[in-house]
Order: sequence, then structure tokens, then C-alpha cells
Amino acid sequence: MDGSNKTPGAKQASRRQFLIDMAKTACGVGLLGGGLSLYAKQAKALPPLAIRPPGALAEPDFQGACIRCGLCVRDCPYNILELAKPEQRVATGTPFFVARNLPCEMCEDIPCVKACPTGALDHALTDIYKSKMGLAVLVDHETCLNFLGLRCDVCYRICPSIDKAITLEPLHNLRTGKHAMFLPTVHSDQCTGCGKCEKACVLEEAAIKIYPIKLAKGELGHHYRLGWEEKKKAGRSLIDDQNIIDLPDRMPEPEDGK
Amino acid sequence: MNTRTIGAEAIAEKGWFSSHKWLILRRFSQLAILALFMLGPLAGLWIVKGNLAYSLTLNILPLTDPYVLLQSLLTGHIPEKLGLIGVAIILAFYFLVGGRVYCSWVCPVNLVTDGAAWMRGRLGIKGGAQISRKMRYWVLAMTLVVAGASGTIAWELINPVSMLHRGLIFGLGTAWAIVLAVFLLDLFVSQKAWCGHVCPVGAFYSLLGKWSPLRVSAVKRDACNDCMDCFAVCPEPQVIRPALKGAKQNIGPAILSPNCTNCGRCIDVCSKDVFRFGLRSGNKAG
Repeated sequence: MDGSNKTPGAKQASRRQFLIDMAKTACGVGLLGGGLSLYAKQAKALPPLAIRPPGALAEPDFQGACIRCGLCVRDCPYNILELAKPEQRVATGTPFFVARNLPCEMCEDIPCVKACPTGALDHALTDIYKSKMGLAVLVDHETCLNFLGLRCDVCYRICPSIDKAITLEPLHNLRTGKHAMFLPTVHSDQCTGCGKCEKACVLEEAAIKIYPIKLAKGELGHHYRLGWEEKKKAGRSLIDDQNIIDLPDRMPEPEDGK
Repeated sequence: MNTRTIGAEAIAEKGWFSSHKWLILRRFSQLAILALFMLGPLAGLWIVKGNLAYSLTLNILPLTDPYVLLQSLLTGHIPEKLGLIGVAIILAFYFLVGGRVYCSWVCPVNLVTDGAAWMRGRLGIKGGAQISRKMRYWVLAMTLVVAGASGTIAWELINPVSMLHRGLIFGLGTAWAIVLAVFLLDLFVSQKAWCGHVCPVGAFYSLLGKWSPLRVSAVKRDACNDCMDCFAVCPEPQVIRPALKGAKQNIGPAILSPNCTNCGRCIDVCSKDVFRFGLRSGNKAG
């Protein structure tokens, strides 16, 4: 006797009901959790043109660190940042900017990073010129005015790291035969991904764009060695010039076959 | 339809104002907190920056939501100092006043679900789907597991609570649809479904307030005339019975369930002034 006046049958029925209720709740919540996990996986993919503020951790880590408080948005003096709304493809509530709309103004004191309470924007970043929000890529060589032989130069002139992050490389213009082309060339070690070049590009659709570094950069095979650099390091040629067999150069054959 | 409205006796006995005192204070608290957050973006008055996940008041006082920070910790991230100070303040505060004070005095979704409950009463909608009140703890556990497994604060992707609050301050977008879904859930699917059964934020805060000293207490339970108005008005009616009817079983008059939100509506609607705010300590029967 346990003090209750329930019959064993009623007890069994209530235990049965308890287990059914438990299964119902667990399955419902399990389904919700499964759906949420899938959605979270999708949400890790940041659209290429959405750029995180300076100092942002790599995307999956960022989404574990950012609590979506919006303090970076508030402390940006130029109001370039926004928090993603549910219908946008950026993880809900996280901060981003689109360079073509408004690029980062590269504040020297980096107020957005200082405002971040979690370090989703890494407080170790103290020099804005060391930030890597993305990487400018001159994606379209067919429409870039400088590639067409004109002197647009706008991306080069607007770059906060002019002559470091973007340089103009002269090249002979084969079309005219007598002019030079000045090709805007991005240097990944200097480019912060602020997006000023993309914003300033005079074309209808920018020929230079900020891409996530992962998309923008190639990666050499780790065993690759650049001969000329190894030579410089060693201070001499690493191969024995004396013993190189110099194969005979073939004379060009006459065109008319005689 | 019932012929008498909830709290009619209390209004007749104590007057309208006295029988709505805590409700008015609570609405004032909810709207004032929201107003403080919105004064910045709307009027350029930056008293409070941020939202309920983390805020900075007068550029000095950090406040961090412990639930979202816990999820962040589970992804393996350690926050900065300001975030940690903020969470210590919030933990201490809600431990003292009752965890679910967050739900009834701060959370903006409470306005939505109270609205749904009110309309449910007006339209005479009864019954609906049976959802276990324990479901919220399952959802809470699920959100923590998914945070750890996915390495992201996944629940924040769909959390209606933060979506509404952040949306009002930073731009709503389609978050209104998710808030509407919560409203309709409470209105048609099941009574008090969101706050009382599903919401993991409330579940988290209930655990935080499990041992809170500030409690509603049925100090004059002998005067109870069984009008049932407190049960009808309470968002978590199951918490009342042990305290109100427990004299014979030697149970003290304080409502000890962590799911009591300390909203104080039972104090308002009782014509016999059975309830008042009190302390957990010295909770002896008789």
C-alpha cells in the first residue's frame, strides 16, 4: 500500500499515458531540433557580398561568438553596419555590410571592435590596416576601363592603402601598339577588404569586388618552392650550373618548307 | 459564456485601480524598458545601446543575457570582460527577484501573448492542443545541444523573443511573421502555449530563479473564498494550488514553483487580499 487508492490497472494506464506524453514531447522537440540543426548549417554560409565588420572571427566561429546585440552597429560612426533580418541570407541578427552600398571607412580607433562584448570581433585587432574583412579582386578584365586602355584609376586612387594594396602595373597595349595599359593590381598582404574600390568603381556593375578571402585566394601546393626565392635565400644558385646539360636549340624551320 | 468576468469581485471590493495595480506597474515596466532601448534609434537619446542579448547603459553598465551567453560558451567561445561582467549582474539580479520576472516584467513577447490570451477570452475560444508544460525544458535542452553540436548559436536564428526585441530596435523585417505565429499559436492552437509551455528562454530563467528569495505568498489563505479568479488569471495556474490549498498538508503559503513569474496578477484579482509579495524564508505552514 502506498497510500493512493489507485488500482494496479489505473497505475499501469497512467504510466502508459506518461510514457506516451513523454514520447510525444520528445519527438516534437526532436523534430524541431533536427530542423534547427539543418537551418543552422545552411546559415553558416555567408553570401559572398555580405562582409563582416573588421576583426570578425572566421564565419563558423563568428556565429558561435556573436550574440547579436548590435553594439558594433551602434558604435560605427558611419552607420554602415546592419543586423541581418530573418528574410536576409545572412545569419539572423548578425552584423554585416555590403561594400557596393557603403564601404568600411577604416576608423583608426576601430570603435566597432571595441564595442563588441564577446570578442566575435577580435579585440586583438588594434591596427585597422591589419584587418582582413575580405579581399578586393579585379574580377572582370573585359569591362575594367584600365584594361580597355583608359586611365580610369578610380579604384587605385580611392584605396586607403594606395600604392600598397592596389598598384598600377604598366603593360604594353597590344591593341594600339604604342600605348601602355595601367592594370590595377591588388596585393593580398596589404588589402583590408574595406570595399572602397568596389563602391567607387564607375561601372554599372563593379569590375572590382570584395570577396571572402577563401573565395578570392588560391593556395600553392605546400611542397612548392620558388626557385628564384630559394636562390636569394641561399645567396647562390642551388644547382650546379657546370653539370647542366644544355640541350641544342632547334633552329626555326623555314616557313615555305625549303 | 461565463456571466462574471475575472476579478469583478476584486474591482467591486477594492476599486479598479487597486485591482489592477500590479498589472499597470508591469505594463509600465515592459513599455519603459522597451522605450529606453528605442529612444536611441528613434530620438537620438542614447541612454541604452544594444538589445536584450547585451546592452550598455549610459556607456557604463553592461548587461548580458545569460541564456544566449551560455549557448555561446557551449560553442566553445569565451566572451570578453564586459560580456562577463554583464552576465554576472543579470544572474545576481534575477536570482534575487525571481528568474521569470524577466518573462512578466521585461520580455516584449509577454505583451503579445497576453494580448492573445485576452482575445482568446473575448472570442470565447476554449480548449486546444495539449502541450506538456515540461516541453519548454526539452526545448531548452535541445537548443543547448544544437548550439554545442553546430558550433553556432542556432536558437537565435529563430528565437521569437530576441527577434521581436531586436526587430523593434534595429528593424523588424519579416520578424513580424514569427511574432504573429506566436500570437496565433496562443490564440487558436493552445492556451498560453508559448510562454507557459514552449519558450526555452522562460525555461532557462525559471531554473535561474529556482531558489529566488522574492516570492508571491498566500499569506491570508484562510480568507480564500474559492472564487477561482487567481487560477483563471494566472499564466502558470499550477503553481498556486500547493501554496493556497496546502495548509492541511503542512505546506507553507509561499509560491515556491520556479515557474511563478512574480507578475502579481493574483494579488490584483483577489477580493480577499490573500496574496502579497513576500520572502521564501520563514515559509512555515499555519
